[in-house]
Parts: sequence; C-alpha cells; structure tokens
Amino acid sequence: MRALVIDDSRAIRLILGQVMKKLGFEVVDAGDGQQALDKLKSDGPFDIALVDWNMPVMNGYDFVVNARKDPQYNDMRLMMVTTETEMAQVVKALEAGANEYVMKPFTKEMIAEKLSLLGLSIE
Amino acid sequence: MALNPGDFEYISKIVRGQSAIVLEKGKEYLVEARLTPLVASENLGSIAELAQQMRKDISGKLIAKVVEAMTTNETSFFRDIHPFEVLKNTVIPELIQKRESQKRLNIWCGASSSGQEPYTLAMLIRENFPQLKNWKLDFMASDISTEMQKRCQDGIYSQLEINRGLPAMLMVKYFQRSGAQWQIKPELRQMINFKILNLSGHWPLMPKMDLVMMRNVLIYFDVPTKKVILQKIRENMQPDGYVFLGAAETTLNLDVKYERMNFKQSGCYRIKEG
Repeated sequence: MRALVIDDSRAIRLILGQVMKKLGFEVVDAGDGQQALDKLKSDGPFDIALVDWNMPVMNGYDFVVNARKDPQYNDMRLMMVTTETEMAQVVKALEAGANEYVMKPFTKEMIAEKLSLLGLSIE
Repeated sequence: MALNPGDFEYISKIVRGQSAIVLEKGKEYLVEARLTPLVASENLGSIAELAQQMRKDISGKLIAKVVEAMTTNETSFFRDIHPFEVLKNTVIPELIQKRESQKRLNIWCGASSSGQEPYTLAMLIRENFPQLKNWKLDFMASDISTEMQKRCQDGIYSQLEINRGLPAMLMVKYFQRSGAQWQIKPELRQMINFKILNLSGHWPLMPKMDLVMMRNVLIYFDVPTKKVILQKIRENMQPDGYVFLGAAETTLNLDVKYERMNFKQSGCYRIKEG
C-alpha cells in the first residue's frame, strides 16, 4: 500500500514516513498542500494521505477540500495529523472529507490503530 | 513475582521519564504483570534482577524494552477491533433477537480499568442499535480500583488517550472539551453503572448476564483463581449468553464447560449446551 505524507516540517515527514514504512507502506512525501496535489498527479494513486494542517502555500484543510473535489481520489483515505486540537477544527476537517484525525504528538501505535479503523492495517 | 518498594520506585521513575505514564503506589501488580514475561524472555530470575540489569544498562536497550512492555498494552478505545466487529455483526443482533419479548439486556465489563472498553461498547450500541434505547439496559462496569471507578464515572481523557483507537467521528459525537482534556458526554456516562469489584473476592448479587467482557484480566491471577473466576462468570450468565476474553486467553485446562466461538481473533466464548 502507498502513503503520501504531507507536512512542512522535514523532521515530521521523516518520523511519520518511518512509522508508515514500518507499518508496511511505500511512502512519498510533500512539503505543502500544493506540492501534495502535484504528487497525487505525478506519483499517485495513494491509499492514504497523512495531512498536516498548518503549512505554507496551501494548508492541509485546503488540500483536503481540493482532493475531495476530484472523484478520481474518492478511494484515497485522508487522515489529518496536526497540532490543531479544537473540536471545531476536527468537525471542519471531517465535514470537508477527512476520514480520520490524529492530534500531535503521535506514536506509532496511534497511527497503526487509526489505520486499522480505516481498514488499512497491514501488520 | 514479588516486587520490592525500591525497585518499584526505580522502575516507575524510568517509565515516567520515558513515557509520561505515571505508576503510583498501588500499581505494583501492573508492573509485575507486564514485566514478568520480559524477565522470562531475558532469562532473568526476578524483577529485582531485571531492575539490577536496568541500572547497568548503558546501551539503553533493556530500558527501552521495559518501557515498551509497560506502555504497549495500555488500553485504548476499540482495543483490538475484532471483538467489537463480532459484537456489532453477530453477538448483539443475536441477543436482541432472543430477548425481543423481554426487551432487557444485561451487560457486564469485568475489568473496566480507565473506562475505554465500556465506553467503546456504549458507543457501539448507540451507533448501531438505536432500538435498545427503549429497552431496559442494565450495563455494569467494574474495576478493583476506587481511583479507576472514579475515572470511569468522570469519563475524562487526555489528548493522548483520545488519540488511541477512537474514530474521529465518534469523538466529535460523544465527547466534549473540558479544558485541555476531553470528557464523555453525560448521555453516554449515564448508560453505565460503574462499581468497585474485586474479581478474586466476594461478588455482589447481580442479574444473569447476557454479555460479559472479561478481556485481558485473567492474566493477573494464578490458575486456581482463574478457575474460580471462570466458574463464577458461568454461574452469573444466562445459559445462552456470551463472554469475551482477550484474544490470546483461553479457558483450556481451566474450565471445560466453555466453548470457543469460531470468530476471528475475538476470544468469544459461550457455555456448552447440555
């Protein structure tokens, strides 16, 4: 299975990428929402995108809105992985089409459990 | 496997420093239960010996193993998804059909710990079986610890806990923010009657249970006590009720009157007929 890790922090891209690789995913990453939309076209399809919220150029919320506009990405699961922890933000992301929501800081177990909820468990 | 106060304090300090998990006095049983398998796999004789090795562990490898053993079994919402799938798709629909005339269901979570399991079950019921709102649902959740019973009643969870296994959709529906923490909404809290109960002690009079959740708790007891607990569960169950043990737990060599149901990794048992 294939995952797109989207975060403007190189460190988080590395850590989250490692976690996903350990969970059996092939990983591609992107540093903002616009780059991620480009990677969907150039490197897709992906089974899941893990999406930070606050990023330059295009934020994660706008990425979710844009990705969900295109029916060819309907099957791709979208999971926010963000420091945004207000209930209103969670609701906003889910309404825009995110399937799951993880509040940073995360652990490998948290990510694995959420993937399992989305039917993407490999282990 | 006995644990002396000095070693308990040392292990607690290490685990707290590395995982933020607080092991207060009274949690010695937890440390013993979690570290005993590690003592065996490391070919050591006791937890005291393990603590001694930890103090000399320059590489940090043994300490990492200890921290992992103490944390990976931390409970989460929808812990091990399979039993909840079985409950949703098979067991609860069957019980609803069988109890249709009485419109009454008795459920017991026997080791509710910090409450994730009973609240998971409560959410599963609310989401999938709205008809049960009009039934007499006697839902009891018990734990040996007074502190845990209070935690369960309050239904307050940290961000770390809320991130564990709980679908975001259900978090939005059944939780509310309480400062930096998250609290189960009253509607769900009121569904469950939280009690203090020592499984190896005297059990209060309880209604005959249709469903008993007893997952990952028998491991804390010796064989004779496990036998007594399994027998008492049977005596407090409806003959056609179900009991869930941990996926890796078994009644084999403990109680011949149970049969394991053929559901994937669910640890689901019922009483043999006849």
